[in-house]
Amino acid sequence: MTFTYDDVYINFYSTVGGPYEKDGPLGKNLDKVYTNLYAGEKTWEQAEVKMLSDSIDVVLKKSRKDSSDIDLLISGDLLNQVTASSYSALKFNIPFFGIYGACSSSVEGIILMSSLIDGKKVKNGIVSVSSHNMSSEKQFRNPTEYGAPKPKTATFTSTGGASVLLSNQKGKIRVESSTIGKVVDMDQTDPFNMGGAMACSAGDTIYKHLKDMKRSINDYDLILTGDLGRYGKEILIDYMKEEYKIELGKNYDDSGTMLYDLNKQEEVLAGASGPLCIAMVSYSDILPKLEKGVFKRVLLVATGALFSPTFVYQHKPIYSISHAVSLEVNK
Amino acid sequence: MEKQNYKKIVDRHKPTEDRLMNAIVAFFIGGLIGAIGQLLIEFYSSWLQIPTQEASSFMIVTLIFVSCLFTALGFFDKWVTFAKCGLIIPITGFAHSMMSSGMEYKHEGPIFGVGANLFKLAGSVILYGIVAAWFFGMIRYFFLGGV
Repeated sequence: MTFTYDDVYINFYSTVGGPYEKDGPLGKNLDKVYTNLYAGEKTWEQAEVKMLSDSIDVVLKKSRKDSSDIDLLISGDLLNQVTASSYSALKFNIPFFGIYGACSSSVEGIILMSSLIDGKKVKNGIVSVSSHNMSSEKQFRNPTEYGAPKPKTATFTSTGGASVLLSNQKGKIRVESSTIGKVVDMDQTDPFNMGGAMACSAGDTIYKHLKDMKRSINDYDLILTGDLGRYGKEILIDYMKEEYKIELGKNYDDSGTMLYDLNKQEEVLAGASGPLCIAMVSYSDILPKLEKGVFKRVLLVATGALFSPTFVYQHKPIYSISHAVSLEVNK
Repeated sequence: MEKQNYKKIVDRHKPTEDRLMNAIVAFFIGGLIGAIGQLLIEFYSSWLQIPTQEASSFMIVTLIFVSCLFTALGFFDKWVTFAKCGLIIPITGFAHSMMSSGMEYKHEGPIFGVGANLFKLAGSVILYGIVAAWFFGMIRYFFLGGV
């Protein structure tokens, strides 16, 4: 399903990162960084809440708005029962939706908010996401101090929070259209190769978007997928070629390979992941480039792996979903 | 696309893990742990005059203590990531798995946190260790006359 929007704009955005993001190539663009993964809190989970609410604080400060000026807050994360989002939402006292689309949450939130703004139900709203390397490791894998060896295809959950303020007030960046993805099952069972599990859904959503909008791949200056990582990116390129006869060329990149320096930061293995990944790369690198006119139109394709440790232990495959949103410079 | 064809694409882009190198590293690090253990037994029996049988218990306690301490100090996980099974298979890995679980869940309190999760990784080892011991004990009792 593809929507087009008339009057939805992105004017302000913020990123808050941890130590690994600070050392990455985009580190200098982040609004706020914590050099310690605890961010001054007692636990990983509370550190994630802190970083997420910090990112909302920063976006409010940049826009010179008070939280009472905001109509709606939509937020997503990976913690059980979307708790990082709900615990962050309390202090802002804004009507709130907590959403879960795994690592596709950021674009899912943007689509929901844009539709509400375009439908004139709300005037503005903040869409936030967060993830935390340690809280995810604890929830999905082994204790953080265990350090179990992982295969090269494993990705590294990014740490921090990112927020974007959408409104009907004209700005430099326009939310132009979006495509809601479907749940895809390609019988992938390896939780250490999420790029492999998600590449197919990214391909399907990109194809659907191009078909619905009657466009070709070259109508975009950049197509950015979520967190496929080094190997998932290669899989997507092959999948698009074999399934849809579409060549992803120089205008394609994956945010999982952009957030960290894959050669210097070896601990990240195949690259970055988490709901934060595409949001942080977009808000610290892509949106500023749209404002400066380096890009005219970009397609953000957030990719989510839909599974839980319980379902993996019950030998169920890992499903995936991808949502796409097209942003362009407002003429 | 058929699932089988997609699987082929995924497999094509699967990097090869350096199993030989991992095995060599694990062999030498594991061997090193064994050598340290033997040195500890020698130390306890010849310097502190402890009978060899008891000295090996002392050695195990020492290794458990040291690996727990290193886990607590926060660098043992990096060693495990490097040495892999070289540190996971010996008693050091067992101690490390319990210590790291305990540290991870300390904020959830002594009952629902540490108590409920201390054996999160080690529980399976203990359970199937006991089952195997019982099984082989029975074989010994019935077929080998209990010797």
